[in-house]
Amino acid sequence: MRLRYILSEMGVGLRRNLSMTISVIIVTFFSLVFVGTALLMRAEVQQIEKDWYGRIEITVFLCPKDSLEPTCAAGAVTEEQKADIVAALDAPEVAPLVKEVYFESQDEAFASFQNRFGEESWAKEMKVDDWFSTYRIKLADPQQYEAVADVVTGRPGVERVEDYRDKLKSVYSTLDKAKWLTFGFAVLMLLAAGLLIATTIRLSLLFRRREIGIMRLVGASNWLVQAPFLLEGAVAAVVGALLAVGVLWLGVRQVVTGWLEKNVSSVQFITTVDVWGIAPLLVGGALALAVVSSLFNLNRYTKV
Amino acid sequence: MIRFENVTKVYARGARPALDDVSLDVDRGEFVFLVGASGSGKSTFLRLVMREERASAGAVLVAGREMGALPAWRVPKMRRKIGVVFQDFRLLENKTVFENVAFALQVIGRPRHHIVTAVPDVLDMVGLAGKEKRRPHELSGGEQQRVAIARAFVNRPSILLADEPTGNLDPTTSLGIMRLLDRINRTGTTVVMATHDDEIVDQMRKRVVELQAGAMVRDQAHGVYGSDR
Repeated sequence: MRLRYILSEMGVGLRRNLSMTISVIIVTFFSLVFVGTALLMRAEVQQIEKDWYGRIEITVFLCPKDSLEPTCAAGAVTEEQKADIVAALDAPEVAPLVKEVYFESQDEAFASFQNRFGEESWAKEMKVDDWFSTYRIKLADPQQYEAVADVVTGRPGVERVEDYRDKLKSVYSTLDKAKWLTFGFAVLMLLAAGLLIATTIRLSLLFRRREIGIMRLVGASNWLVQAPFLLEGAVAAVVGALLAVGVLWLGVRQVVTGWLEKNVSSVQFITTVDVWGIAPLLVGGALALAVVSSLFNLNRYTKV
Repeated sequence: MIRFENVTKVYARGARPALDDVSLDVDRGEFVFLVGASGSGKSTFLRLVMREERASAGAVLVAGREMGALPAWRVPKMRRKIGVVFQDFRLLENKTVFENVAFALQVIGRPRHHIVTAVPDVLDMVGLAGKEKRRPHELSGGEQQRVAIARAFVNRPSILLADEPTGNLDPTTSLGIMRLLDRINRTGTTVVMATHDDEIVDQMRKRVVELQAGAMVRDQAHGVYGSDR
């Protein structure tokens, strides 16, 4: 009886307040699309970081015969210089950061190149001297990359030091900025959604102040008086949240999986699975927002 | 049933008290008229019994419970023992007579099978049998007040409070309402009725409590409206 009563009262409220209900749904929807986008961007940034950390490897290019770099003024790298580099990487303050060091000679680099591309016509003109001898350094902790790179950069016999970070830095920082911008929008929109829900509930209370008055007189319990209003806000907010999840899912499928992934191959992208990951967060957040902003009003207007 | 112990109610700090040191006992099954000019404190008296207000000083006891000390979450349960009727009926215009009365039971969680028997019973008792499907605006003032009384009584409260229930009605209709309240009183329900209506008070010859500017100036068994007559 009570449940039926609450549900029917909620239905009455939603219908009587239809334009407000629709605006609550729309505002919640938009704000949660922003929140969701920000969360997905964060997931993407994490994805890139993980991917990048897995791949991170410092490549130390050793001086070839005719390099113009000042550190290579003495000509091609000598055995002594190489020993010096290895020793530097073995020093007690650097050694723990380094997992492994490979040496690849000019000949080996050339051989592996020929293995891959030897049949191509453009590869036929390459000579052994076009290749560098390199040290490949695998890191124990990819975040400590700079400490290791600094040790070898500028040493005699080292032409230059390279890592993947530079390549990804721009993508990474753009995404990070976009993430914060979106979060900012999301916060504003959420504020608007919260205020709108509060206003809607207040209007709804005003419509039904006679009923509420009688309910209080005949001794209806507080939760029964408040439940229809609470549910009203919650239902509208959850509908908005579900729409937002749907739109995010479509967006990821069409834009990220359907387009970005085909055109940008250097980065790993999030998938629709990530959308399902944030869906409970969005729906739960919408519910919490609705309950908090309704309770705020209900306690003020339906006191016993 | 209702006991006021030196009750004072001040609404705004520094203002004249709406009730000033009132002590009073109303026994189970009594019928009490509360008379006095507008602003004499009649409505405040009823609001204190309902615990819509709390006494500023003194104690209000209803059925042995001190209303001021009752925690907010217990108030609804307590109000189920008290029926209230107002001058302006306070019916829901979008509901039928039946629905208006049933509403009072629905919202306190009474089961459906109870509602479908209790509502026709009480409508029959107040003389509205056959008008279950009418809406309030299709009824006369007296009939509307009967619906309101039915709604107040359907849960068989032990106390019925009536705030000027005949204030909007002509004398003949008022008499009918009074007969109904008397009948309800004879079922053992304590009735407290605030009124301006001297004819009715004089006719009924019940206990009369007179308030003047918040103070109780008369408490008379089988009294009349004006003390100077």
